[in-house]
Amino acid sequence: MPIRFHHKPGLVIYLTAGDPSLDATREIAIAAIDAGADVIELGVPFSDPLADGPVIQRAMERALAHGSNHGGVRLKDVLALAREIRAARPEAGLVLFSYLNPILRHGLARFADDAKAAGVDGVLATDMIVEEADAYLAEMSRVGLAPIFLAAPTSPDARLEAIAAHTRGFVYAISRTGITGKQQSVATDAAALVARIRRWSRLPVAVGFGISNAEHVAQVAEFADAAVIGSAIVELIERTCSSKGPEAAPDAVARFIKGLRLPHAAPAR
Amino acid sequence: MASVILPANPSESRPGRFGVYGGRYVPETLVAALDELEHAYDEARADAAFQAELNLLLTDYAGRPTPLYFAKRLTESLGGASIYLKREDLLHTGAHKINNALGQGLLALRMGKKRVIAETGAGQHGVATATVCALLGLECVVYMGEVDMERQDLNVKRMRLLGAEVRGVAAGSRTLKDAISEAMRDWVTNVRTTYYLLGSALGAHPYPTMVRDFHRCISREIKAQLLEKEGRLPDAVIACVGGGSNAIGAFYEFIAERDVRLIGVEAGGCGAALGEHAARFRGGVPGVLQGTFSYVLQDDDGQIALTHSVSAGLDYASIGPEHAMLHDTGRAEYVAQSDAAALHAVTTLARTEGILPALESAHAVAEAIRIAPTLTAREILVVNLSGRGDKDMGILAHELKL
Repeated sequence: MPIRFHHKPGLVIYLTAGDPSLDATREIAIAAIDAGADVIELGVPFSDPLADGPVIQRAMERALAHGSNHGGVRLKDVLALAREIRAARPEAGLVLFSYLNPILRHGLARFADDAKAAGVDGVLATDMIVEEADAYLAEMSRVGLAPIFLAAPTSPDARLEAIAAHTRGFVYAISRTGITGKQQSVATDAAALVARIRRWSRLPVAVGFGISNAEHVAQVAEFADAAVIGSAIVELIERTCSSKGPEAAPDAVARFIKGLRLPHAAPAR
Repeated sequence: MASVILPANPSESRPGRFGVYGGRYVPETLVAALDELEHAYDEARADAAFQAELNLLLTDYAGRPTPLYFAKRLTESLGGASIYLKREDLLHTGAHKINNALGQGLLALRMGKKRVIAETGAGQHGVATATVCALLGLECVVYMGEVDMERQDLNVKRMRLLGAEVRGVAAGSRTLKDAISEAMRDWVTNVRTTYYLLGSALGAHPYPTMVRDFHRCISREIKAQLLEKEGRLPDAVIACVGGGSNAIGAFYEFIAERDVRLIGVEAGGCGAALGEHAARFRGGVPGVLQGTFSYVLQDDDGQIALTHSVSAGLDYASIGPEHAMLHDTGRAEYVAQSDAAALHAVTTLARTEGILPALESAHAVAEAIRIAPTLTAREILVVNLSGRGDKDMGILAHELKL
């Protein structure tokens, strides 16, 4: 299914799969979609998440240490989770966000088949760049999954052109140099980057990294199609789980998401 | 073996690929910086003035060429092959790491980057980087796993004395792998102003090629020195392999000499189970870790395995991509030596030759001790003694009950 942003601005909500448990992530994802998330990004836990800041690092450590099954959350558990979310909410966009190694160990072709069968729409591999992606792109294309690449403020125009040429679904623009995590305001880098991306791509552009509140979302809405909220949600889940328990997390996340769009932001259709 | 075939066309030869291995698997933010680095390195490599400046520092500051020493008493005590030691341990700062740190330090200067970051395991690369930054007037931050900070405490203090900031890393196994991840997080954040001085033949292109080039002098010297002393090439070159920088430096000029055996020695640790060693060619599977495609110790879900070695410098879950290619083509052999064998080798070398090797280098010595008696006196082994053991005195005092 093509990824659609039903709202303006669109919201992409990142969740580390299996934090605090696979069941909880499913309930949180459903609550997030019902609260207005257009796309759910399911983060596949990885032992060495070098593009992530401390909040998501901690979430991945938790998921790997105490998933709902013995030995922590595995890629196959994340695929099963995706299948459940897809069954519960057929209209939402569903993207797997993973480091490369778990995908390679699963087998590139088998991963593509399994992700497609689970109802996933797209894949974002954090450490895959377009120059290295021939085999990966061939598999994505074979099964009809959208490969989503990151575009960075440091990417020169020639790279943005290549990124735009190979990306499907939406382009993920990184708001600033750095790792995932909250920040005070949306970097001025972001608007310039989105403008450059639009020269090469007609796809929707989502801006992520450091987007954590309604003010940021409103800023992003002025120049991009969607905002990606990651660490702020993961931190909210962490806080809620430790103060009120995991059963309170879906409601907390839903309330937070409803507060992200300013009152005048109505559904696009 | 997993069914991992990553590049679409493995026969396609391009920079940064060693057979199917190597490449560039990094967050997009770093790609422009890696391109800039590759370009600057290509220019520097072709620039006679850069090479002259580097060579002057390598000779007058670092102490190259290092001696190729015939270890007579060790040879006699083993009763087999003649053993030569390439004395990288005699270099300034006590290990081969200074070769690469000087080269990349000059490159950072040339690129106008005032801030240098590095990772370190045993602390030898950290000390070399801190030293070069002091020499060149650059700001220096070194990331080091907390486990390594504890077991290589002397080097932590040396780095601080040299003016570097040492940042402890508490994530994961709190060793070299986690220090690299944290250095990459710093780099991705400060990429426009910061030079990442990576210390092994690892990581994304151009690092494995560049680091190898800066250590090539080791095998170039071995070749010339042995030709002068013995009038021939060695039968085997033996080097320990963590990320693989000293080994690739000691091997490189011999790769085309098909009669010279190349033997890499990995850390066999304290057992054969995953987590008890750092022998990537015993149980590792090709995968991507920290920017490059190579053999990686991992579980069947692709999570990176914990590793163990008594030597911090060999305690890493992946291996330089060029070694992965040399392994697969059979051009180099890779074996493992245990913690116990390495400790025994330290004592043996200390008491036969009066030389205290680093625990990393002791793994290579241990392999020489194993194979020398099986060979004849006409055969020549060269062991790359990549570093000295002063840094390990705490561990040695404890393990050997000194």
